[in-house]
Amino acid sequence: MQNRLGPNRVGPFGIFQTIADLFKLLFKELIPIKDADSFLFNLAPFIVIIASFMAIAAIPFAKGLHAIDLNIGVLYVIAVSAMGVIGVLLAGWSSNNKYSLIGAMRSGAQIVSYELSVGLALITIVIMAGSMQLSVIVEAQRDGWFIFKGHIPAFIAFVIFLISSTAETNRGPFDLAEAESELTAGYHTEYSGIKFAFFFLAEYINMFIVASIAATVFLGGWMPFHVGHWGGFNQVMDFIPPFIWYIGKTFFVIFLMMWFKWTFPRLRIDQLLTLEWKYLLPINLVNVLIMAFIVLMGWHF
Amino acid sequence: MDKIQLGELIKSIAPEAELKEGNQFLEATVPPSSLYQLAKQLREKEEAQFDFLFCLSGVDYGSDLGVVYHLRSTLFDHAVVLKTRTSDREHPQLDSVTDIWQTAEFHEREVFDLLGIKFKNHPDLRRLFLDNSWGFPLRKDYVDDINIVTK
Amino acid sequence: MQEKEIITSTDEQQEYVINMGPQHPSTHGVLRLLVSLKGEKVKSVQPHIGYIHSGIEKMCESITYPQIIHLTDRMDYISAHINNEAVCLNVEKALEVDIPDRIKVIRTIMSELTRLQSHQLWWACFGMDLGGLTCFFYGLRDREKILDIFEETCGGRMILSYNCPGGLMYDIHPNFQKRVKEFIKYFRKILPEYDQLLTGNVIFHERSKGIGKLTKEDAISFGVTGPTGRASGFSCDVRKHEPYSAYDRVQFKEILHTEGDTFARYVARIDEMWESMNIIEQLIDNIPEGPFAVKMKPIIKLPEGEYYQRVETARGELGVYIISDGNKNPYRVKFRSPNFSNLSVLNHIASGFKIADLVAIGGSLDLIIPDIDR
Repeated sequence: MQNRLGPNRVGPFGIFQTIADLFKLLFKELIPIKDADSFLFNLAPFIVIIASFMAIAAIPFAKGLHAIDLNIGVLYVIAVSAMGVIGVLLAGWSSNNKYSLIGAMRSGAQIVSYELSVGLALITIVIMAGSMQLSVIVEAQRDGWFIFKGHIPAFIAFVIFLISSTAETNRGPFDLAEAESELTAGYHTEYSGIKFAFFFLAEYINMFIVASIAATVFLGGWMPFHVGHWGGFNQVMDFIPPFIWYIGKTFFVIFLMMWFKWTFPRLRIDQLLTLEWKYLLPINLVNVLIMAFIVLMGWHF
Repeated sequence: MDKIQLGELIKSIAPEAELKEGNQFLEATVPPSSLYQLAKQLREKEEAQFDFLFCLSGVDYGSDLGVVYHLRSTLFDHAVVLKTRTSDREHPQLDSVTDIWQTAEFHEREVFDLLGIKFKNHPDLRRLFLDNSWGFPLRKDYVDDINIVTK
Repeated sequence: MQEKEIITSTDEQQEYVINMGPQHPSTHGVLRLLVSLKGEKVKSVQPHIGYIHSGIEKMCESITYPQIIHLTDRMDYISAHINNEAVCLNVEKALEVDIPDRIKVIRTIMSELTRLQSHQLWWACFGMDLGGLTCFFYGLRDREKILDIFEETCGGRMILSYNCPGGLMYDIHPNFQKRVKEFIKYFRKILPEYDQLLTGNVIFHERSKGIGKLTKEDAISFGVTGPTGRASGFSCDVRKHEPYSAYDRVQFKEILHTEGDTFARYVARIDEMWESMNIIEQLIDNIPEGPFAVKMKPIIKLPEGEYYQRVETARGELGVYIISDGNKNPYRVKFRSPNFSNLSVLNHIASGFKIADLVAIGGSLDLIIPDIDR
């Protein structure tokens, strides 16, 4: 799409580029900022990255392959990943930089509002699954993924989840918090070296997390793709290990997010909030009601 | 309007104007005191309507400092050049035409910056390119031993 | 010192003043904008320029005319060829040299190619300003093809220095016509892709329609020319009004829009790319035979007098005003650069909009900073 080759010098096809980048960032100087609140300034990247790693803990990679299987898994993931915003706000505030502050404020407004949509989109599915435990949700999709089982409401929920989770992770076209052509780099303008790497890493981990939540909740997690009564086809699908299924689905969602990041121009802050409060949230609320009704009547597959 | 009619019009507004047929434009040289009025009339007169100031340049004529205004009418597509000059090199001062053509704001700041001509009634007369410690480099008597290498 | 006063006085009114630039991704060079904000809203924009003021007008007073031509490359480096042409035409006009048709046609083709590549680069950067990074890669990919054509003919890619008083430095490369035709064929297919990516995009419409409105009266009063002025309905195309080189023998439309917003400025430039291709297509097969340069005296001295030449660069009207006292150096040279006037309108059209809009407006004005600072 972009005629871009990417870095291809380190190792065969550049596969060691990431490792080289990591070493580079590790050895880079951490520039102390004059007049910055040094305690909060240093604390912020850790909050962001810890929040991201805590969310990973609850994600089921395959059957039985997760660190903790909480019975309120969905709630836990939402709650923990939302903690990152505190780090972002702290970073923007303590940097003593006006661009950072604007970026952090935008980010705060954005994440807090889109959190609602993410939550409601997930609740739509939780109603269907009847449980918040991620492993139970995956198990319930043994005979068909929720995006197919739940009629149109599930599909709407999936689209809304995709949009709002992209916004929540500050990815384009909702990357206002770090809009580089406006705010240079937003809240992490003043960070350097490994602290900057933490922010960057957290951003990509967050993207991975939302993609894997999408895969788990909507696309059946590590469950293979089954079609009704096609026995042979289903067996072939079963042959592929669940872990591969899971990673494949996650990368598919990540690909979708990358795709529209690179295609669309960026939104403006008021348009962004209008989109959330005037369109996504009402649609979502109605969607939840419809889904509850469908489940009540037992109309889903 | 052709050049002759324009010349008559300028004469009727400012009788003291010296007209000269340049190789492209009609050039009218007026004293600084009547420049503003002439410019305003040329902008507002129904048959002239010079609404586009497409070039404003400051010139150092050696003994005098001057400003050259290139005017054009987008309606009639005729053009005229106004010139004015002042012999006061210490405190040259002219009238600003910013309220007639808004583009003059930046151009006059440029002239002030490079030639040191002050403009009365200019809304925001600050130096544009250089900082206050510089002289006025486009003047012919400007000497800068450090930054300008002369052969 | 005066700057400090501004900052303190605005601080008292509880305004948030940010410095956009001198190093900032969206100012496309070392332009500094002092933006006072209220929340996300821009209250006023104060451009501070001069960071790359190189005193070109002063330098011109001590160098000869052929040297000036090559110095003008450094002003508007994206449409360097058209700058060269302006000085050349002025010198030739002053000396009353009769220029053969071949030179005129080649100059026109080169100018239009320059305009095309300038608009491509603008499109690339404008897309990037709005956050659509793919535009940048597409724009640069296609611009590269024009630069290759330039390189083959005159050795330079961006700064061509192809003009000299009385004609051109060298004749065109034998492949020139073939490659230009190939490019036009290619680009006619590619340009609709640009539309798909940005013009038809809903987010782009939301971001650009109604943003930064400039009325026709203001455009004339501020001296805003080029596609920016024409998007406001100000008919200011020098190619139409005062045809130079071979523009009097080709058919083309002057692109005029009346909306005057960012979207109109965008569409005006896209349409201009189509027109440029039309012009090149009309001329490329009809390059007359003849010499590529007229023999000139080794030392060029302009007769005493004043000379003014206007040309249409990719950004607007460039005026070259030469006062000659009969020597080999000019007495005074003034460049009326299009960007200088276009910049002055920024505060007028950007106040009241959001920061993101300021970036969009700045992008749509297509500012080249060395041309402002000179």
